Amino acid sequence: MTDLLYSEEEEALRSAVRDLLTDRLDPAGVIARTESDAPHDVSLWKTLTGDMGLAGLLIPEELDGQGATHREAAVVLEELGRTVAPVPYLTSAVVATEALLACGADDLLVRLASATTVAALAVGLHTAPGAAFPAVRLENGLLSGELTGIADAVAADLLLVPADDGGLYAVQASSVTVTSQVSFDLTRPLATVTLAGTPAGARLGDAGPAVRRALRAGAGLLASEQLGLAEWALTETVRYLKERKQFNRSVGGFQALKHRLAQLWLEVVNLRAGARAAADALANGEDADLATAVAQAYAAPVAVRAAEEALQLHAGIGMTWEHPVHLCLKRAKADSIAYGTAGAHRTAVAELVDLRAP
Amino acid sequence: MTDAAELQRRTAQLLADHPPATTGRTDFLEARFDAGLAWVHYPEGLGGLGAPRSLQAVVDAELEAAGAPDNDPRRIGIGLGMAAPTILKYGTDEQKQRFLRPLWTGEEVWCQLFSEPGAGSDLAALGTRAVREAGGDWVVNGQKVWTSSAHVARWAILIARTDPDVPKHAGITYFLCDMTDPGVEVRPLRQITGEAEFNEVFLTGVRIPDARRLGEVGEGWRVAQTTLNNERVAIGGMRLPREGGMIGPIARTWRERPELRTHDLHQRLLKLWVEAEVARLTGERLRQQLASGQPGPEGAGMKLAFARLNQEISGLEVELRGEEGLLYDDWTMRRPELVDFTGRDAGYRYLRSKGNSIEGGTSEVLLNIVAERVLGLPSEPRTDKDVAWKDLAR
Repeated sequence: MTDLLYSEEEEALRSAVRDLLTDRLDPAGVIARTESDAPHDVSLWKTLTGDMGLAGLLIPEELDGQGATHREAAVVLEELGRTVAPVPYLTSAVVATEALLACGADDLLVRLASATTVAALAVGLHTAPGAAFPAVRLENGLLSGELTGIADAVAADLLLVPADDGGLYAVQASSVTVTSQVSFDLTRPLATVTLAGTPAGARLGDAGPAVRRALRAGAGLLASEQLGLAEWALTETVRYLKERKQFNRSVGGFQALKHRLAQLWLEVVNLRAGARAAADALANGEDADLATAVAQAYAAPVAVRAAEEALQLHAGIGMTWEHPVHLCLKRAKADSIAYGTAGAHRTAVAELVDLRAP
Repeated sequence: MTDAAELQRRTAQLLADHPPATTGRTDFLEARFDAGLAWVHYPEGLGGLGAPRSLQAVVDAELEAAGAPDNDPRRIGIGLGMAAPTILKYGTDEQKQRFLRPLWTGEEVWCQLFSEPGAGSDLAALGTRAVREAGGDWVVNGQKVWTSSAHVARWAILIARTDPDVPKHAGITYFLCDMTDPGVEVRPLRQITGEAEFNEVFLTGVRIPDARRLGEVGEGWRVAQTTLNNERVAIGGMRLPREGGMIGPIARTWRERPELRTHDLHQRLLKLWVEAEVARLTGERLRQQLASGQPGPEGAGMKLAFARLNQEISGLEVELRGEEGLLYDDWTMRRPELVDFTGRDAGYRYLRSKGNSIEGGTSEVLLNIVAERVLGLPSEPRTDKDVAWKDLAR
């Protein structure tokens, strides 16, 4: 049976991650960093992955990983979502890791587990599980072509590149050109990856199943990140409205606003159940296609609405660059496209539960 | 400590002593109550064993597998869901001994005399009066409305005003009312669906002995909170399989009737299917929390979610049916004993579900409750708090 609760160990993990993020991540710093050449918080990443070993949650112990499951990774992502943390966790420790697991690339997994290597799957962030994705040309052992919309590529040492022979290849980032794109989400930046006769090296395995598995895990666990984000938006807005006085009253006492927040709370509660079901299904491999499609079809609109409500209810201050609600809104809106839109996931649901289109 | 193995042993003993095949329905249910296997979390002697509530599932599964009769919880839902927990918490020993057993077996059906024509969402503004006679008994006069099961009920939980000179919440007392007493008149209330699932109940000089008072005089509002909280749990706490709710019939219609499909309807159906599935998962999560002894506030929201979903889904199904949606199965005034949200056709479901956001607390009141009790937002300024009930605008 699906376990929708958090275990004591998961709650302990949550506390540890939350404490670290509370200490180390201040919104002003995140905002300043987004405008620099190095949008990722490398020092935070090192603590999360080196000291706490979180990069290896999904990697078996015999490969120096933690041998944990998607349930634990989901808890980490909830906390990273709450803070819109600029670290390549979802892209490297979940998506790229899953692709490598699918290929049985043990030596690379050892490097990812120890976080001496950050990896990115060179498939556009918008790609839904099961959707077609571009590949670069493979000729005489050399890879050539351009791939766009690659999330966190600027932070990656290793790129997992699909080629037109149907294979997935590991390419050192230093041997290709990674060009930053101007990303809507400042904290999960996109880049163009250009390969101009780069040596292909060893073929890791078939790209199709590896990418599909990676994107499914990405989509399923993205729901937990969206949950954290939505929960932050709700909590912070409730806190602000209790504090803020207008018309000689606490603004949070006006029924028109209370009902909006209560409605949002209800959606966040539902999102938690959906996200937990997806994490549990990915961990057990049962019903994972449907659970991830349901979670992702539900999560994105809720996270976007939570961020939009937070902005509206913070009113003027919410429109400013200095208040972190814009980071949250940009992440939420970008997340609504990442790993497939809600519509794409609804279409997947239709297939899986036999509710066919006309 | 009563554990699962002990409950299995006791259940096996019950089945051995009272084989379902040869034992009368009521006899079996009484024996089950007396064995403490009715609701295992209740105290010994009152149908339970003081065991963890989560272990009830162990008993239920064994009995169901053995083909034992159940007590038709849908028919006696108000007694089980609302009256019983309130009597357990506030009743005297005599009241608990007298009422819980026939309530649980279903021999005595209960109804709830709370709502009034002049006090709906503002339930504490109720005007039904209970006046104490010299001998200590009470005489009740007033009118109640939206009373499910009143036409089959043997007993009622009743709240009435016993002191009009204090603020509205302070002057209410809670009673157990005998529905067969002179002065109790039940009239069907025909509703939007054509049927009369509910009743109006007129109380004219009804005498209630003081021994049928539940809780202290003037404490009725506090007692009623127990009933109302349990009502919301009863409404939201059902365990559903996937497609177990209102989404089930429309999904079947969609699969069986490809000629009705359009792209617009498909998108709307999928959106609602996903929402129904996550709402179901939330209900399952709430159930798991309760079972592990960490109840969460999710219950407060479940009823809100199901009300909106039921309305949207049934509304979509009427549209999906196109020409058939212009028809209705039957406008005859019926007197159903059961509330059946899904058993009739789409038009009925659409109309009946309109009540889901009104009955058991309107969605607007529940949103206030979530905002204030879960999110901790301030309540709106109130003008009725320190005013005697008799001086309130009505």
